Amino acid sequence: MRDALTLYLRYAAISIRSQLEYRASCAMFAAASFVISAIDFCALWALFRRFGSLQGWKLQEVALLYGMVNVSFALAEGFARGFDSFETMVRNGGFDRLLVRPRSTALQVAGQELQLMRVGRLAQGALVLFWAAGELDVHWSVARLALAAAAVVSGACLFAGLFVLQATLAFWTTSTLEIVNTVTYGGVETAQYPLDVYRPWFRAFFTFVVPLACVNYMPAHALLGRGGVFGAPAWLNWVAPAMGPAFLAAALGVWQMGVRRYCSTGS
Amino acid sequence: MAAIVRVENLLKTFRIAERRPGLWGAVAGLVHRRHREVRAVDGISFELGPGELVGYIGPNGAGKSTTVKILSGILVPDSGLCEVLGRVPWKQRVETVARIGVVFGQRTQLWWDLPVRESFELLRDIYRIEPGAYRAKSDELIAMLGLERLLDVPVRQLSLGQRMRCDLAAALLHSPELLFLDEPTIGLDAVSKLAVRDFIRRLNRERGASVILTTHDLDDIEALCTRVLVIADGRILCDGPLSDLRARAGSRRSLTVDLVDPAASVDCPEAEIVSRDGQRVQLSFDPTRVKTADLIGRFVARHPVRDLFVENPPIEELVAELYQDARRDPPDLP
Repeated sequence: MRDALTLYLRYAAISIRSQLEYRASCAMFAAASFVISAIDFCALWALFRRFGSLQGWKLQEVALLYGMVNVSFALAEGFARGFDSFETMVRNGGFDRLLVRPRSTALQVAGQELQLMRVGRLAQGALVLFWAAGELDVHWSVARLALAAAAVVSGACLFAGLFVLQATLAFWTTSTLEIVNTVTYGGVETAQYPLDVYRPWFRAFFTFVVPLACVNYMPAHALLGRGGVFGAPAWLNWVAPAMGPAFLAAALGVWQMGVRRYCSTGS
Repeated sequence: MAAIVRVENLLKTFRIAERRPGLWGAVAGLVHRRHREVRAVDGISFELGPGELVGYIGPNGAGKSTTVKILSGILVPDSGLCEVLGRVPWKQRVETVARIGVVFGQRTQLWWDLPVRESFELLRDIYRIEPGAYRAKSDELIAMLGLERLLDVPVRQLSLGQRMRCDLAAALLHSPELLFLDEPTIGLDAVSKLAVRDFIRRLNRERGASVILTTHDLDDIEALCTRVLVIADGRILCDGPLSDLRARAGSRRSLTVDLVDPAASVDCPEAEIVSRDGQRVQLSFDPTRVKTADLIGRFVARHPVRDLFVENPPIEELVAELYQDARRDPPDLP
């Protein structure tokens, strides 16, 4: 495990260095990524300016949800976007090269690319998160800080899991399945608002199928001192973030199945 | 010592989706796909001993790369036995590939944007090579392949020949016991080809590395391999030393003679006259029926000769003959 981390850091260092060769382009992408996600937040701000609150949620509370999900997503994009180019890799046979090396294939794919430009969204999300944390009337005890950090990391795991799943589909089909993007980007958009504004089936999807609620909405409830969600006991909000790593683990399991299929069909 | 590679009755079938022509065909294909079974490897068996350098040749689509992919843990066969360094490659992929080296001539193993040195260092971490062992091995390979001046150049700026030399070094950093070379001389100029061949020869003869070499360049085979496996339509047609291959193809040899007198008539019952151009005479003979030395002795006794030489037919001709024979009676599919 430690060994794998060392190797990943090595990959990361190389990726960062090669991106710094094109410094201007990297900075511009990061700035663009900052602006795009900032515009999202402006829309949120405008909405609350007009209507005051949303089903009993204040702007600062929604900003907490927004900040958490965006930081999570930016982390996942930065660390696991290597899976993005995976489809090309399967098509041009580059995956064979990874198979003849004595390391886990998922680690090698993840290490392909660490995207510095994601710093833009990360910074914007963090800014909103810290602003909300300061504005809110919450006592930031060690336990609460730990829960917030766990929720953010767990969210990153969840999105990484989605990237892995999307890449895994390349083993079965050679065309990109945009449907996964709907869930990924749609999930980010969805989680920026409190889940109680949505219809029940939609909530159920983002709780039980893609457990985004567990890494964002539920821990936010705990942080804000709100009770259990949808009739569930309040303590569940504290353990719900465990679903993020669980989702990633499940996604990696499916990935292994995909690798096995690749090895038996050769395509 | 135990065999490095043992393969018994290996089978691999691919299901290929058939495309139907036209727009309607494409739509129909979405609903129901017709599949065709293609047997890429059809009961291959062979063994490779330590220190052997075997040439693996066959026409395109014969099953060469499928075999190599199975041996290197990329593909799982349908049935059959396969052991590489005492392990089943697709069951113990990580353990097996840690001890083999693979070079694909068509694709680099190196990182496109990285200087060669950093690619090597990344491989050191991937293969968990001890720093001391890494230093010794990389110094040795750099010296053997003359890479000193290439180390700081990004891979994308290397010429094909330079890149191939770096790829060879990269595949050997972890001191593999078995090396798969898949068309290592493809597209190289004559000088680079000779350098690569020379390196492979030294690796095999001096270091005792076991090598499986797939190639279309029969000069590679002639220069390097003592043993040749010929494969066509997923089956092994011929396995043995190069001389066996020649014998199997029923090869005739050719004798070229330059006579002193361009007008002299030629009389040679032991051989067939292929062509005559002034003083130069081309003869063809069967070495199993008349010994080369006898033929030359008798010929020289009858005719004043300025110069002569004997040639084997080019190996291309032998292999083409074998391929054609295989095509003429294709193996039955069950």
